[in-house]
Amino acid sequence: MGKPSDLVQGTLDLLILKTLTLDAMHGWAIAKRIQQLSGEVLQVQQGSLYPALHRLEQQGWIKARWAESETGRQAKFYALTAAGRKQLETESANWSRLSAAINLIVSEA
Amino acid sequence: MRWLNQFAMKLHMLFARNRAGARLDDELRFHLDRQTEENVAAGMGREEARAAALRSFGNPALLREQTRAAWSWNSLEALFRDLRLSFRTLRRTPGFTLVSVAVIALCIGASTSLFTIVRSVLLRPLPFRDPSQLVMIYEHFRAPELNQPNYNFNPVAPADFYDWRSQTNGFGDMAAWRYAQFNLTGERGELPEVIIARGATYNLFSLLGVQPAYGRSFTQDEDRPGESVVMLTWSLFERRFSGDPSIVGRSIHLDGQPYTVVGVLPKNFTYPDSTVQVWVPFAAAGIPPEVLRHHDFHFSRVVARLRPGVSLANAIAQVDALQYRIHMQYLNAPVAEDAVSRSITEDLAQDVRKPLLLLMGAVGCMLLIGCLNVANLLIARSAVRQKEVAIRGALGARRWTLIREQLMESLLISLAGGVLGVALSFSATKWLAHAWKELPSAQSIHVDGMVLAFACALVLAVALLSGLLPAISSTAKSVFATLQTTARTTSAGLGRTTLRKALLVVEISVTVVLLIAAGLLLKSFVRLRATDVGADTRGVLTLYYSLPVEKYSTQEKINAFNEALLARLRALPGVRAAALGSVFPGAGYGGDDIFLVREHPPIPPGTLLPDAMNRIADPGYFQALGIPLLRGRFFTSDDRGAQGEKIIISHLLAQKYFPGEDPIGRHLHVPAWDVPGQPETNFEIVGEVGDTLWQVGQPDTATMYTPALAELPKVNGFALAVRTASDPLAISVPVQKQIAALDPELPVSDVLTLDQVIGQSLASADLSATLVLAFAILSLVLASVGLYGVLSFLASQRTVEIGVRIALGAQRDQVLRLMLLDGLRPALFGLVLGLGAAAAAVRLIRSMLYETQPVDPAVFAAVAAVLLLVAGLACLAPAWRAARLDPMQALRTE
Repeated sequence: MGKPSDLVQGTLDLLILKTLTLDAMHGWAIAKRIQQLSGEVLQVQQGSLYPALHRLEQQGWIKARWAESETGRQAKFYALTAAGRKQLETESANWSRLSAAINLIVSEA
Repeated sequence: MRWLNQFAMKLHMLFARNRAGARLDDELRFHLDRQTEENVAAGMGREEARAAALRSFGNPALLREQTRAAWSWNSLEALFRDLRLSFRTLRRTPGFTLVSVAVIALCIGASTSLFTIVRSVLLRPLPFRDPSQLVMIYEHFRAPELNQPNYNFNPVAPADFYDWRSQTNGFGDMAAWRYAQFNLTGERGELPEVIIARGATYNLFSLLGVQPAYGRSFTQDEDRPGESVVMLTWSLFERRFSGDPSIVGRSIHLDGQPYTVVGVLPKNFTYPDSTVQVWVPFAAAGIPPEVLRHHDFHFSRVVARLRPGVSLANAIAQVDALQYRIHMQYLNAPVAEDAVSRSITEDLAQDVRKPLLLLMGAVGCMLLIGCLNVANLLIARSAVRQKEVAIRGALGARRWTLIREQLMESLLISLAGGVLGVALSFSATKWLAHAWKELPSAQSIHVDGMVLAFACALVLAVALLSGLLPAISSTAKSVFATLQTTARTTSAGLGRTTLRKALLVVEISVTVVLLIAAGLLLKSFVRLRATDVGADTRGVLTLYYSLPVEKYSTQEKINAFNEALLARLRALPGVRAAALGSVFPGAGYGGDDIFLVREHPPIPPGTLLPDAMNRIADPGYFQALGIPLLRGRFFTSDDRGAQGEKIIISHLLAQKYFPGEDPIGRHLHVPAWDVPGQPETNFEIVGEVGDTLWQVGQPDTATMYTPALAELPKVNGFALAVRTASDPLAISVPVQKQIAALDPELPVSDVLTLDQVIGQSLASADLSATLVLAFAILSLVLASVGLYGVLSFLASQRTVEIGVRIALGAQRDQVLRLMLLDGLRPALFGLVLGLGAAAAAVRLIRSMLYETQPVDPAVFAAVAAVLLLVAGLACLAPAWRAARLDPMQALRTE
């Protein structure tokens, strides 16, 4: 009954932050967007988004607001904060460094 | 800025938690609905669409939990939830809650009380400067017969002390103190009283680092014969001089002589104990100057402070070497060969250390039993809730969450118990400190922060010990196994039962150890009480007085007072006999001296010199106290003055030093009694009397008696015994009136019956035996309640099985036997284990036993019998109920 292990912890955070750079979105839309953008490769268990979203909100990297959704129902929209933008930069940089390093090793061998 | 936002968020999560929870539900529902709609749009049926949405979403309940976990304060929330839940469960079973809280309160209260005393007496530093650097130095004799456990620390002779101080330099400094006693008479007609005092060398207070509250301490010039200065302790200062500092510089009257008060000691200074009222200079008051030059008058205690950079071993080795040189110089006198040391704290606690540790151990055992009992009860409860736990596990509750919840219950119980227990321990400590006269009072005994920390730690330990085991065991099983076994129960799950029985075995074996310790102490105490001191102690009133040398300067004056007093007392109605002595049988030691038998060849130097306790006796002494005459005669009133050089010896002395010889008519020479500058005095043995004990529980000692009316040895402190036909205490006022009629300024002390005096010397043995017995009985009750509880539970679990057995033709007595055996098996295991453990453990209390072997078959057998009986009774009720079972009823219970 462990925590979602489909994605490396922290990677999910990065994906969420990246997804939110364009626009404020609610949880379901974020899940959809991640699936679409990744070409259906990343099958996130949708529910596991919410613990991550709430954690990011507690950290102050995203902020949430209730608004009317496209269907007319109230939904919780998440948007990136200034701090979140900075965090995204750091994390993307980290990610690039890490994946480049891994690529280097994998292609060498 | 971000931290401000985070802080605002935290506040929001703290105060708007319920709303946030509802919103989270909305959020999740919105997601599921959107997904369902999408699935429907993709062409699925409504039901199928919802199921598919749930599949891709995950377990909503679990995800909700995980999301909440991301919020701040989540652990706090969980804590509150667990607390609420535990409160509710505990309130639903008030009986269980009350019993366990009471058990824990009792155990924690007793442990805290004892810890308070242990801390004050054994652990807390004394109120001196650098107390860890202070040691006591004693003389040590090598003769094996003097090396009994209590005797290898011998008080120091003053001349030895002076030599040690001037001729060694391993210690920073050394100081000495000695016992003294004075009659304090009032300036304005206050009642005279006997006060206990100590003589201190001038440097004692600076060595200890104690500053007088008023005035100053002694100077070096005042610490010599003929000086009359005194320091008051705080208690006398408050009590007798109403705390008026102007007393410093004025004089008070001790033994009729004026002494100038130079200082008042601070309130927290109660060293060596709180009975001390005044301090005088070591060499000055109440001590003949020539005594200070003796190497064989052992009466001083030596305190030394370590010198920085010099180890204790090196420092004491110097003193030791010097002492051996002194010993070689005085081969014909009892001068010790060695010097030994121990820390000042240990020195103060020596008499109570063993009993204290024993009681601490007993309380620890009781605490363990209490915890096991609560654990056992909790297991029974968790067995009932097994299904609930399994279902919650199946729904995704983490194991830690379930364990934490159950731990919270035991934590609540032990917290409540702890609070009650600490409250209880306040009064228990007070009572114990009051009842236990031998506790050193140099430290005030009170509950402090350390004790409270100890109590808190205890509460936590109790909670963990009693809660963890049941919690782990109840959550250990796999969900499937539990749900399967509880589908239809015909007999109890084996694992849980084994655990409970194992706990019972431990509980019972610890109880057995406690019971045996209590039994041994009790037996030893009964032996002590039944000891014949060699005299008839019933119906005897005793008291002490001391005739001041200045007023009673000659033997004639002393004799006149004593004889007049005895004559008056014997004439009192109800008085059967009166006796005058120095110490009565069973009432204390009173000193010993070495002697030589004139008619025997001289003793080769270096061998142990003959030694006997010395006491004085008037002509009526032996008859009044019922001590039998074995040979010769008692003293007569003619044995006085020059005719008084007579001596009566005890049977043991005759046996030891006159084997196969008639001692009557032989002469003893006691060097210590010689008057300097006069010829040596020989005392003629005129009689031999029966042996008496100087203290119950101590071995017989050779004793010599000299006439109370004789010139030598010089004595001015007397003990008076009055035998009465009825209650001796009733005559105490008339007796004191007779004394006051003869000398209104003469105070008396320790007006008690002889049986009371002897009882006091046994008080410590009495107290520890009683307390350990109380703890043992409580443990027995706890263990039998545990046994009863477990067996009742087992019986109820096996109702169906027993019903089937009876229906199939099992006889009632077979069922009874089956159930009894089931309950008695852990009791038997526990008994055997406990007996084995006790056989090993009782060696630790060997030194506290009197005429009782540690492995005493009678005590062991009695404990086994009591335990089996109680266990049998505890098992009988549930077994009986099981045997009475109506099979039809039993089979319908499911």
